[in-house]
Amino acid sequence: MNVVLDRVSVVVGGRTVVHEASLRVESGRFLGLVGPNGSGKSTLLRALYRVLRPHSGTVRLAGDDAWRLPPREVARRVAVLTQESGADFDLDVIDVVLLGRLPHHGGFGGDSDRDLALVTRALERVGATALADRPFAALSGGERQRVLLARALVQESQVLVLDEPTNHLDIAFQLELMRLVGGLGVTTVAALHDLNLAAAHCDVIAVLRDGRVTAFGPPEDVLTPEVIHDVFGVRAHLLRHPVDGRPLIAFSDDAPVVPPHQEHIP
Amino acid sequence: MSALDRGVRRSRRAPLLTQLALGTGILAVLVVSGATGPAEVSPLDAGRVILGHLLPGAPWMSDGSLTRLQDQAVWQFRLPRTLLAGLAGAGLALAGALMQAAVRNPLAEPYVLGVSAGAGLGAVAVITLGSAAVAGLPLSGAAFLGALAATAAVALLSRHHGMLAPTRMILTGVALGSLLSALTSYLTLTTEAQNVFGVLFFLLGSVSAASMERLAVPAVALLAVSLFALARARALNALLAGDETATALGVPVHRLRGQLIVAASLLTGAVVAVSGGIGFVGLVVPHTARILVGADHRRMLPVTVLAGAFFLMAADLLARTVAAPTEIPLGIVTAVVGAPCFLWLIRRGRAARAGMPR
Repeated sequence: MNVVLDRVSVVVGGRTVVHEASLRVESGRFLGLVGPNGSGKSTLLRALYRVLRPHSGTVRLAGDDAWRLPPREVARRVAVLTQESGADFDLDVIDVVLLGRLPHHGGFGGDSDRDLALVTRALERVGATALADRPFAALSGGERQRVLLARALVQESQVLVLDEPTNHLDIAFQLELMRLVGGLGVTTVAALHDLNLAAAHCDVIAVLRDGRVTAFGPPEDVLTPEVIHDVFGVRAHLLRHPVDGRPLIAFSDDAPVVPPHQEHIP
Repeated sequence: MSALDRGVRRSRRAPLLTQLALGTGILAVLVVSGATGPAEVSPLDAGRVILGHLLPGAPWMSDGSLTRLQDQAVWQFRLPRTLLAGLAGAGLALAGALMQAAVRNPLAEPYVLGVSAGAGLGAVAVITLGSAAVAGLPLSGAAFLGALAATAAVALLSRHHGMLAPTRMILTGVALGSLLSALTSYLTLTTEAQNVFGVLFFLLGSVSAASMERLAVPAVALLAVSLFALARARALNALLAGDETATALGVPVHRLRGQLIVAASLLTGAVVAVSGGIGFVGLVVPHTARILVGADHRRMLPVTVLAGAFFLMAADLLARTVAAPTEIPLGIVTAVVGAPCFLWLIRRGRAARAGMPR
């Protein structure tokens, strides 16, 4: 299922956070959104999973306007790993994962054998089978992320949206998660902070700055020292990975005294 | 057994046992309270009276083994008040559970959101100023309208960009509740002394004025809101995970939140209008249900309804026996008995959260 954003602008609290962003991801490809804090990555994703309605422009899922489809239909097409963990009430892990079946049922009906089979397989896939009967609130950050990924998997969607999925994860699970997601074969859109992770796993990269898409293309075309310096204000050096030859970015801290695009965080 | 099997097993079996136990408890309290009071009726006879009215042509109703006084005491006085206690407990507990889910805050309940304070002001206005002061409404009507007006005010005042903001709702409810309670206190202090007892009994709750006819409105409200809530049990679970997550799972979050507040307020209003402001049930029973069967609404909502009914029926039995022939307001019993039980439970509950089996 392809995802197309056509000149999407999003206004939050009277401020335009995303300006006319246009992006296109083909079926089964992995798009990474990179950019400094506050550049509009999360906001752009929210317009895609129907939390923030675009002020103008359209979000299309396989050609259909996501904001004209019923919410439940969008939930069948797009699964999301948000940054939200929300847990004053305890649901058990298995119940959290079963929530992923909500777009397919709704209501009071019990869980079908197929639901449970999907949950079993998803928990195996993310290596969290042993956590099934634990309270979700008692899990560590990394364990939670595994469980939330399992929930996204049982949603059986053709599009996966990830908002900074590797935050707070140890390096082994960061790599495991990216490999897992890459192996699903679904269209993926992820906001990422780690440029090397993005370079290694994404098919296409969009660079955001002040809510605008300033570069869009394959990692090797987009993640150049010039672009990185321009957008992040740090000096970058392009190396090659000693094993697989993928581009590897090193940073040095001899940055200019005043970064060209300093952020204003209120 | 694997962790997965344990999770599945717990989710399917635990609630059934709990529901069965609560159902048995409810029947037991019905019979015992039918046999409790000044006119002497044995538990067996109480059971026979109740069954006799439900089964047409039961032989023991006409063979002279039950006196007319016994029949009246059980069927016209004791049963209606016990049933009203059950309906009120179930209704307040369900309303509390829905409010807690709607504003995603474990402290939410009809009191915190100002609903009970609105009902209290309406009722106390009738008692102290007479019903002419509130457009000729009877006490229950004024209480019901007060509850709805308070809800509407909280909803309007806590709107933010056209949506209900949960934290704002709680703060607005607390502030408005204080304002309404102050007005109620003023009315109480300035009224004639003979009215004060009636005010206190309403504010602390009582089901002593129950009759079979007065059961209809709260019963219909409870049934309607229960069906509404059960049909949305999965969506309520998603709401626990957060607004964004729920939206991403296809739940129309803002519409659902509005519906929940309206449903919970109508139910609270319908109950408080006939039973007065019984506190504590709406806060404590939903949490007890969560501790017993987990936070999944498909399991906890039925347990909440049953446990609320059982709790208030048992509380009413105590309210009219411990100091007999004097009656204690229900709100006092629910707090005096309920608070220690709940404190004990949350300490156990905390242990469960740390990974011990529930």
